[in-house]
This record gives sequence, C-alpha cells and structure tokens, in this order.
Amino acid sequence: MTDLSASSFVRQDLVAERAAPTKTTGFIGFLRTRLLNSPGNILLTILGLLLAWYIVVPTVRFLLFDAVWTGKDRTACLAEKAGHEVGACWPYIQAKLAQLIYGFYPEAQRWRVNLTYALGAALLLPLLMPRLPAKGLNSGLFFFAFPVVAFFLLHGGGIAGFGVSWTAGLLQLFEQSIGGAGDLLVNLSKSSAIAPLLWVVGKVLVLVGVLIHWLIFPLTWLRDQLQASSLPVWGDFLVTAVIVSAVLFVLGGGVRTGRGALLGSLLTFAGIAVGIRLMGLDRGGFPIVDTRLWGGLLVTLVIAITGIVASMPIGIALALGRRSTIPLIRIFSIAFIEFWRGVPLITVLFFATYMLPLFVPGNFAVDGLLRALIGVAIFTGAYMAEVIRGGLAAVARGQAEAASALGLSWWKTTSLIVLPQALRYVIPGIVNSFISLFKDTSLVSIVALFDLLGSLRASFSDPVWTTPTTAFTGFAFAGMIYFVFCFGMSRYSLFVENRLNAHRRH
Amino acid sequence: MSIAPRKPPLQFALRLKRALGGKTGWNGFAAQIAFAAILAWIAYEIVANARTNLETQHIASGFGFLNYNAGFDVNQSLIAYNNSDTYWRVFFVGLLNTILVSVIGIVFATVIGFIVALCRLSPNGVLSRIGGIYVEIVRNLPVLFQILFWYLAVLAALPAPRQSISIFSTFFLNNRGLIVPLPVSEPGLYPFLAALAAGIVVALGLRHHARRILFQRGHMIRIWPYVLGCLVGLPLASMLIFGWPFKLELPQLKGFNFAGGARIIPEFVALTVALSTYTGAFIAEIVRAGVMSVHKGQMEAGSSLGLSRAATLRLIVVPQAMRVIVPPLTSQYLNLTKNSSLAVAIGYPDLVSVFAGTAVSQTGQAIEIIAMTMGVYLLLSLTTSALMSIYGWRINRSMAA
Repeated sequence: MTDLSASSFVRQDLVAERAAPTKTTGFIGFLRTRLLNSPGNILLTILGLLLAWYIVVPTVRFLLFDAVWTGKDRTACLAEKAGHEVGACWPYIQAKLAQLIYGFYPEAQRWRVNLTYALGAALLLPLLMPRLPAKGLNSGLFFFAFPVVAFFLLHGGGIAGFGVSWTAGLLQLFEQSIGGAGDLLVNLSKSSAIAPLLWVVGKVLVLVGVLIHWLIFPLTWLRDQLQASSLPVWGDFLVTAVIVSAVLFVLGGGVRTGRGALLGSLLTFAGIAVGIRLMGLDRGGFPIVDTRLWGGLLVTLVIAITGIVASMPIGIALALGRRSTIPLIRIFSIAFIEFWRGVPLITVLFFATYMLPLFVPGNFAVDGLLRALIGVAIFTGAYMAEVIRGGLAAVARGQAEAASALGLSWWKTTSLIVLPQALRYVIPGIVNSFISLFKDTSLVSIVALFDLLGSLRASFSDPVWTTPTTAFTGFAFAGMIYFVFCFGMSRYSLFVENRLNAHRRH
Repeated sequence: MSIAPRKPPLQFALRLKRALGGKTGWNGFAAQIAFAAILAWIAYEIVANARTNLETQHIASGFGFLNYNAGFDVNQSLIAYNNSDTYWRVFFVGLLNTILVSVIGIVFATVIGFIVALCRLSPNGVLSRIGGIYVEIVRNLPVLFQILFWYLAVLAALPAPRQSISIFSTFFLNNRGLIVPLPVSEPGLYPFLAALAAGIVVALGLRHHARRILFQRGHMIRIWPYVLGCLVGLPLASMLIFGWPFKLELPQLKGFNFAGGARIIPEFVALTVALSTYTGAFIAEIVRAGVMSVHKGQMEAGSSLGLSRAATLRLIVVPQAMRVIVPPLTSQYLNLTKNSSLAVAIGYPDLVSVFAGTAVSQTGQAIEIIAMTMGVYLLLSLTTSALMSIYGWRINRSMAA
C-alpha cells in the first residue's frame, strides 16, 4: 500500500482564492457588458446619449415646461404675451376638445355618445380578459347586439316594423328585380341574334318572379294586416318571435332536445324587447342626429369598431371559400381577396364614395359615413381572410378527419372543430390587422368625413387659435390618442401570443 | 351460386363530378349554380342601376374623355405638360410622379430600416433602446398622421425664402420647399456615361471570371485593384480628355426667391420623409427578425471553420437571413407604393391626386377613372406577388437540393 500523500498527483496546499468574477447582472453589470465594454462601444454610448438628450429635452420642454396651460384665445400662446419661448398651447386643446371627441354632435345629445362608449367598454373589457367566463355570450353581445344598439343610440330614430315586415319588404324587392330582369330580356329578344334563347330565359325569369310573388303572398298579407293594426311594432315582434322560436324548436329536435334552443330564442327575444322598450324604438326612438354632424374620435371609433365587427364574418367566409374545393367559389374568393388587397385603401374609399352610389337604385341615398364603412369593411375583410386562412392551415388535418369520422357534417366540423382552433391560433394576427385598421381609419378624412385627424386639421384653420405652435400641439395631442390605442392593442397581442405559446416556453 | 364482383364505378363520371363540384360532388355543383345565379343577379342589378343613374346624370360612359383637354395645371411633372394637354397625359404625369416618390421613398426607407435594425441588434444598450423606441412610436401612429405632421407642422414652420436654412450654402430649406443644386449637362457627359458603363461591364466580367477560377481550381485571385481601376479610372480618364460631364448650378438668393438650382416642392419632401420613416420602421423589424432567425450555431460553426467574423456574416449569416427578409421586404415596398396614394391629402400630384381626384371632379367619369387607377395598383401588386412566388419557388428548390 502506497502513501497517498507521497503521490505527486495530489496537491498538499489549498489553492489561493480567486477574485470574484466580474458582475454581469444588475445595473452595474448592464453598464459593463452592454455600454462600456470597449472603446468603440463607449463612443457609441456617448453618441446615443447625446442623440437621446437632443430629442428628449426639447420634447419635454415643449410639452411641459414651456407650455401655456390657461388662456382664452391665441394671444395667451404668443411669445410676446407669455414672456418666454412658448411650447405647447394647451388651452387650444381645451377649447377644441369637444370638437375632437364628438365633432358637431349636438351638445344636449352627447350623453348618448358617452353611454355608447361606456357600453362598448363594458362589453369589450371582459371579452379581452381570458380569465373571465361566458365568452360566447359576451362575444355575441359585443358582435351582434352592441352594433345595433349603438346605431339606434348614436343615430336615433325608431322602427316601423320588425322581422315579418323586413323579410316581406326584402323579398318583394327581390321579386321586382327578378321580374324586371325578365321583362328586360324579353324586350331585348326582339332585336337580338340569339332571340329565342333570350326570350326563353326572360320568360323563365318572369315566371320565377310570379312564383315568388305567390310564395311570399302569405307573408306580405300578414305584414299588411300587422301594419294596419294599432301596435304594428309589437304585433310584428310577437309574430316574429313565435315563428322564429317555433322553427328553432323544431330544428333543435322538437320535444326531445329542442327545449334549449327554444329557451335561448325566447331569452334573446325578451332581450330585444327590453332594448326596444328602453330606447322607445316603437315610438320613434331618440331624435335623429345626421351622420354629417358626427366627428372626431367618435367617427374614428365608429369606423374602427364597425370595421372590426364586419370584417370578421367577411374574412371567415372568404377564407373558407378560398380553401373550398368547389371551383367557382374558390376562384371567386381568390379573385375577391387579391383584388381588394392589391389596391390602396384610398382608392377603395374613392370607389365607395363615387362609384357605389351609382350601383344602387337611384332612390336609395347612401349616407356618406355608410359608404366609407362599406369600403373599410370590404378592404379589411380581404386582409382578415388571409390571416384566418393562415389559422385554418395551422389546424392539424386529423382534427377535421376525426370530426368526419364521428359523423359530423361539414358545417358542424367547421364551426365546432376547425374554426375555434383556427381563430385561437391567429388572435395575434387578428389584433395586428385591427391595429392597421385603426390607423387606416384616418384616411376617411380625405373623403370629407371628420374623424379625429380630419377634425384636428379643421381646427387648425380657426383664426382664434392661429399661433406658431398650434399645429405641433394638435399633433402631439392626437398622436397621444392614436399611440395609446395602437400601442395598447399591440401589447395585448403580445400578451395573448405569450399565453398561446405558454407550453413552448422554457 | 357465385357472387359476381361489383363493377367499379365509371371513372369518367367520377372525374366529371370532381371537376364540376370538387370534393363535395353534385352538392357542390348545385351550390355553384346557386352561387353563380346570385352573382349574375348582383351583376345585373349593378349594371342596370349604373345605367339608369348615369342617364339621369347625363354622363356618357366610355373612355373617349381621355382625349379631351384637361385644362388644369399640375405643379410637378417629369414630362412636358401644360393645361391644354389631354387626360391621357395627365394619367402619365400622375403615374410618373407616383413612381418617382415611391422609388425615392423605397431607397430612403431601406437605408433607414437597415440602420435602425443595426441599432436594435447592436450589443450597445443605449442604441438598441433608441432603435426600439423609434420603431414603437413610428409604427403606432397612422401614416396619414405623419404625412400631415411633416407637411402642416414641420415644413410650414420653416422660414420664408430670405431666411432659408442653408446647408453648406448648396442646399436651402424653406417653406417653399428644398432648393438643391441642378446638374447641367456639358459636352463631356456622353463619353463619361459610356466610360462608366464600360467600367461596370468589365468589373462584372472580372468578378464572374474570379468566381469561376475559385470554383474550378480553388484559387482566390485578387481582382479588386483592377475593379477599382475600371470603375474610377475609366470615368476619370474620360473627364481628363473630354472635360467635366456636368456642372452644378448653385442656387442663389435673388430678391425674394432663389435663382438657379432646382426646387423640390414641399409636398414631395413631406411625403418622402413621412413614407420613408414610416416604412423604415417596418423594414427595421423585418431585418431584425431575419437576422435573428439565423441560428446561433451557424455563427459558431463559421468561427470553428476558421472564418473571420466579417466573412462568417457575409458568407453564412446574410444569405440565410436574406431568404427570410426578402418576401416581407417586397411587400413593404409595395405598401410604400400604395401609401404614396395618400399624396392626395396634401396635394402632391400623384396618380390618385391628379387623376382619381381632379380629373374625376372635372369629368364625372368616376367609374372609368377609378377603375383605371385601381388597375394600375392591382397590376403592380399582382406582378410583385408573381415575382415573389417565383423567388419562393427557387428558394425552396435550392433548399431541397
């Protein structure tokens, strides 16, 4: 046995203590590793700090220290009066605040706008918090009930009928259009080379028109009876509720399983009735405020929310159409999406403003705001379709196959299995297109609507507030509003993305 | 009793079913017929309504108006134009102005984007924060807001011509725009251009030759002195023989305005600055994502092969990053071109502003003019997306190989 201590491989004395390693965490560590680790980096740091100094200091001075806070008109914001170099002219914003938020909405009616804002916030906030329950009910309220309520709140006016009258009216229009087309073809056939064909098609169309006329006769008769009664809206409402609930009850499976559908339908109609009663829609509703009086942030939010609400169904339909194997539907979806994605939004707005009125019957006067809304909805819908298509492609194929194996129809597979997963995958993408939609709403100021940016621009021309810093103040204020909305949305999108990828984090 | 095998279904019928109705078969075919009927009905309604409405407004449809005299002036035009020219010429003036502002905007946006991306990627903490703040602020404000900000706030706050901000006494910035020196051609211009072109051709040929030698024999040959000689020496020689190719006409303040030099209208300046800073922020994010998408191991593998840091970046990281960068970069270029249509808000005479704006209000031919304008942008984006799919296909092929 050898003596271990005699072995040259084992050292006898302790190693001298080494100095602690250089700190690489915390503020000091950050300074060492990221700012001052080499001469070149020190130079860059100094340059960067100088750059920041020359941007931050003038901005803060402009917004806070040199700013004028009180005053009645432009003289308060002139350097001669204030006695120092003048920064932001905040009294100008105070004077124009109402115009920037409400436009020319009548002052006595502004509570309606505030109520709409409050309702929207109350419905939207729970929808954005993933922890809260009842997402289905919540999104139903936000996407279907809220737009209708908001319309009657903001625009005012009442309704003369309900489901029966509307359906009858629409079907009657359709019948007239078909009949008109038939008559036109028959007339054309007198002077055409393919006369017999045109004549046959025309006659068939006329026949279809007559058939539709007889088919919808019970409905029109019912409508006329209801309109002649003493309470047309409530009578119509009652009949519609009964018919729709009965149909849903039967479709839902009758006595065996249809009770849930019946209950849901009755509850929905009860909700609608409460809404009609509260807003007094059967008695003319609120006084009508013409959309030309709307302006400022109100128009920006109306366009953004309508765009969001309308673009989702358009986008889902187009995305499903583009993935469909039915040739005509696929080709149409591709052409539609690529067309609207290929042109700038401003030409779409021009299209909606100048061309759309030519495409509807002359007796329909399409409101200016509505035209812009249609343009924005189509445009955003096309972009949304591409986002949702990405989500549909990300759903594993086995999901749809498993659903078919269970015997679900295409509609059930899509609406219960594929779409919920696809939409969840693309929430960040959807939020991103909402951000660009929100920014794009500013373009409506070019087609003579006064959104936030348009109202701001209009307020510059007020001679009462013409000072050298008016424009900068206005842009600073509007910029903050836009930034808060867009930045908030982008942070939310990041939050959702992190939540979705929680299982991939390490 | 034997069981006769069932006959296979007719392939022809199956194929027909598949072609007509996709996977859903005859149901799909019926759906298509219904869909086509609805489309036909909508199209009929649109045409019928448009015809009645145009008749009541006494507007003759058709493209005949393009040969009429426009009768309005345009404040910037790359081709000769006066107010007795036709609407055709207005169309081309607007188109050229759109192309001009897009090309210049794209150049500046790319430069800004790469600089900001470098800042964001830099190990220096201050620079990367500044880059991040720039991107967040610029991306979260509407582009129209930024155009109006530059035009109505910044450029309008500039002094009058007499108090112009002078940059090296060659560029002058005032509220009427940017005055720059104007190059005026001299007799030596054509030989100079010819020498430059020849130099470029020879340099490209040399590079090609050097690469072939490298791949065939593994020799690196030194060509940069010759390349430099061709690119600089040839034009220099031409200048010595034939004289200056052009001289710069410097702007000078005379009375209340500038004489000499060229004036770039403030609308153009505002639009270019706003579009390039806005798109630059998006490009910065694309470039950053592209560089970060290259795995760290690639860099390490490059160093372990003994390549220098610059060579690793040039030969290994950048080519892989470019594959990720190019498709979204192109779509940003396209976005910039489409956003240039916002010129209409500040009166820069681009296609939308002079053609879809002024010409529509003068002639009332909304359908034709807006269709033409949309057609131009549509053609542009379809061409770009076609080129991009070819690019994607080539990348996929080279990755598979």
